[in-house]
Amino acid sequence: MDTSILSWIIWIPVIGMAAIALIPREKVKTIKMVTAVATGIQFLATLGLWSRFEESNGGFQFMERAEWIPSFNITYILGVDGLSLPMVILTGLLFFLGTFVSWNINRAQKGYFALYLLLNTGVMGVFLSLDFFLFYVFWEVMLLPMYFLIGMWGGPQREYAAIKFFLYTLFGSVLMLIAILALYFTCGRTFDMLQLMQTAPTALDGVMFWGMSAIKVIWVMLFIGFAIKVPVFPFHTWLPLAHVEAPTAISVILAGILLKLGVYGILRINYTMLPVAVWWFAGALALLGLINVIWGAMCALAQKDLKKLVAYSSVNHMGYLLIGMAAVIAAGEANGHNLLAAQAGLGGAVFQMFNHGTISAMLFILVGVIYERAHHRDIEGFGGLATSMPIYSGIVAVAFFAGLGLPGLSGFVSEAMCFIGAFPVFKAIVIASTLGILLNAAYFLWAFQRMFMGEMNEKYKELPEINKMELFTVIPLLVITVFFGIYPRPFLDLISSTMNVIIDTVANMGGIAGVF
Amino acid sequence: MNNLQSLSLYWPELILTVTVLITIIADLFYSPKESGRTALWVLGGLFLAYIAIKVQDSTIVTTLFMGNLAFDPFASFFKTLILFATVLVIFISQRTSELDGHRTGEYYALMAIMVFGMFLMVSAIDLIMVYLAIEIVSISSFILAGYLRGDLRSNEAALKYVIYGAFSSGIMLFGLSIVFGLAGSTKFFAIQEAMWNLEGSANFAFTLATVFILAGFGYKISAVPFHFWTPDVYEGAPTSITAYLSVAPKAAGFALAIRFFNQVFGDGGSFIDPSLTTYTELPWPQLLAALAVVTMTLGNLVAMQQNNIKRMLAYSSIAHAGYMLMALPTLSSQGVYAVMIYLVMYMFMNLGAFFVVIYVKSQGGGESFDDFRGLGWKMPIVGIVMTIFMLSLTGIPPTAGFIGKFYLFAAIINAGPQMYWLAIIGAINSVISLYYYMRVVKVMFFEGKSSETVLVPSIPVLLIFMVLAIPSVVFGVYWTPIANWVSQSLIFFTQVI
Repeated sequence: MDTSILSWIIWIPVIGMAAIALIPREKVKTIKMVTAVATGIQFLATLGLWSRFEESNGGFQFMERAEWIPSFNITYILGVDGLSLPMVILTGLLFFLGTFVSWNINRAQKGYFALYLLLNTGVMGVFLSLDFFLFYVFWEVMLLPMYFLIGMWGGPQREYAAIKFFLYTLFGSVLMLIAILALYFTCGRTFDMLQLMQTAPTALDGVMFWGMSAIKVIWVMLFIGFAIKVPVFPFHTWLPLAHVEAPTAISVILAGILLKLGVYGILRINYTMLPVAVWWFAGALALLGLINVIWGAMCALAQKDLKKLVAYSSVNHMGYLLIGMAAVIAAGEANGHNLLAAQAGLGGAVFQMFNHGTISAMLFILVGVIYERAHHRDIEGFGGLATSMPIYSGIVAVAFFAGLGLPGLSGFVSEAMCFIGAFPVFKAIVIASTLGILLNAAYFLWAFQRMFMGEMNEKYKELPEINKMELFTVIPLLVITVFFGIYPRPFLDLISSTMNVIIDTVANMGGIAGVF
Repeated sequence: MNNLQSLSLYWPELILTVTVLITIIADLFYSPKESGRTALWVLGGLFLAYIAIKVQDSTIVTTLFMGNLAFDPFASFFKTLILFATVLVIFISQRTSELDGHRTGEYYALMAIMVFGMFLMVSAIDLIMVYLAIEIVSISSFILAGYLRGDLRSNEAALKYVIYGAFSSGIMLFGLSIVFGLAGSTKFFAIQEAMWNLEGSANFAFTLATVFILAGFGYKISAVPFHFWTPDVYEGAPTSITAYLSVAPKAAGFALAIRFFNQVFGDGGSFIDPSLTTYTELPWPQLLAALAVVTMTLGNLVAMQQNNIKRMLAYSSIAHAGYMLMALPTLSSQGVYAVMIYLVMYMFMNLGAFFVVIYVKSQGGGESFDDFRGLGWKMPIVGIVMTIFMLSLTGIPPTAGFIGKFYLFAAIINAGPQMYWLAIIGAINSVISLYYYMRVVKVMFFEGKSSETVLVPSIPVLLIFMVLAIPSVVFGVYWTPIANWVSQSLIFFTQVI
């Protein structure tokens, strides 16, 4: 198992799915147990991966390679590095917890859990595959289960939300497909990402498409594909709808993992294969980040629906991350080799990916808890819940504080790192985005005040307290948030070698940046 | 090769001819109820024809009957594909309720005649032969489209088909005669040679002739603006015939178009240079590219507005013709390769989608979106299989349809940045198509409620579903056998001038 552990991590859910297909649909309990076992084994395997991972090695580890379609040079290549490992662990954790969040799904459970496991395979596959074709196939495999999970088990507007999500993402991915093929034919007919990272910068140097630099064109096409997933303004409009209409567990997966796929794609592909264009685009990226921060916060402030507020908070949080990502150019010659700033920015971005994964997952689970009891999510409709549900209120308070970036909780560390990294290069943008932090605090605190403080709403006097199953899903995330808030070192050590590799790749291209 | 020698390489067609005769005679001895048994004779004949193709020496590349037909792996590929499609449609026809009460002997005999005509279409290298082949196929399909004599819509379909068919083949004939006048010969290679020596002043006449000939081809593959017959014929004809028309004659039409354009206008099929090579200054690659864009865009936009699934599939098949047309202007072996792969994948998914429509109708449902409401709950297996076909038609991995599109886009991108715009338009079109394909999935699963009783199809029906659905998924993951088959078939008969 040691050499093929990545394959196991990817394919275990499919085995579980096959098992579920054979179980009669009345045996709901068995189906749930199979899902829990499959995701549980997968989570343990990701932890096993972590324990054997060499932190000092910035390259890919646990590589697997097998022939697939030799006539088109398509290979099955898997590998994990410091960028993908945290995401793999997060995926394992959230899918495992998500199984228990989905425990109360009350119709067509067989289909639900089968699709849930298929989604799991798709997500894991994207994080682990190092062949562009394989990457694309996994990227698309996620879409169908997501479409069904939102469309069949979602809220009132589920059909519209599902198709909107599908159309947006497919639009991004067909652009990506064309970019992939353009890379394939211009860089030596290979889909092997490692090889492309070597050949792409030189093979594309000076190549023009329609009078524009080929690197820029391909970069932008890939970026749009990923930006829709992140989502970057103005491609974000699918997000609030999909997040709100999806069942709780699926919102958790969407916010916790699927959004990260876009960021992961940009870092894995745009940054390492076409690093020259990062120089050209970094300013725009930071600006888009600023727009995300302000826009997301303003929208969140205006929401009456708690779930929508949390959804927009994702747009807001992704903005910090984009600003941090743009900071990577600080390490270049033009910016005085400010390696520390680049490390802080990029490391902060990756850390923010992870933290947003845990915090937003927690927030969505908590929204689900209150919805389950009150059957609505209208912020104004509650009041004084702190008296009837004290434990729940306490957890929500911590989650909200984590969301607004209170020092001592993990969100603060990563956001601060993003700003510290970006400040030397994008002073104005960083200063402007502090307004976003203010708004960020405002919408969370205001919502908390309206829901939990003030006069008790008589209707909800008898609401039952958060139960054990729900606590079981929230507590691990809460612990991670607090732990990394106080002691982020283990995480940063885990990713630092790989971050340095990416920073090197981008920074070394600073000299060639003059071509633009 | 002279006529007598040619016969030894003409076994598949000879077998088909005998099959047609035997089928017609055998039908005389069957009572109206037993008439369906003629299908067995046809199946037997098709099987023998398949064997005959298989045992032929695939290294021989020559012409038959004094340069009227080409004998090459390219033709054998399409013959095999057409045989597969026909066999599948014959099995599908056994399960349709529309043909109940009709004597089906002629139905199967006509299908065998169509196969014969399509065999000629895929190997014709002479203008007269081209015309004859197209007419054989067209006339048999007119009758088949109107096979439901008592049904007004079927009659309407046949009539529309005849009128459009006569019109477009007339135009094509006119184009062919201009070409003959300019080149002095009806043989492809002689025309190609003549074009070398043509004066610039004749370019206009040649362009005009090309446009006219395109009308004939476009009609067969239902490309815009020669598509107007498609929705009505597809809706009115028996659904099994609709399925057949959307796959087999379309494949034959593409084979003919590829041969014609590559051998008359191109470098004769040697494909050494992947870039655009054309002996004349005719803008025909641009013409084909424009045709492709219009065809897929219109097909997709109109398909979105349909309320009848059969009509929706008709427009979607127009869109698919557009996707395939995209690869022709590249004039590269990659482009032809992509079209051939696409046709294989397309056969499974499109026949599958039509078979679901046939099955639902035979179970007392209908053809509109309303009739599919909640189908996924009532007949989960049919729902899942239909979802696979819809995804495959959209081109979502890991399905066969994705691989087809992947090769098409690869061929276009490989042709160079000047063609990227075509790939981008094609890609956006497949996003548009997602909307209406997913609408089927939506009504099947998102609407309607969980039902207590679940309908499981009978074993033969399940088998047909499996034969169509399993390749639609498996070829999306592992398609090396198909890729090898196609690449071995990419050999044309060429005559070096």
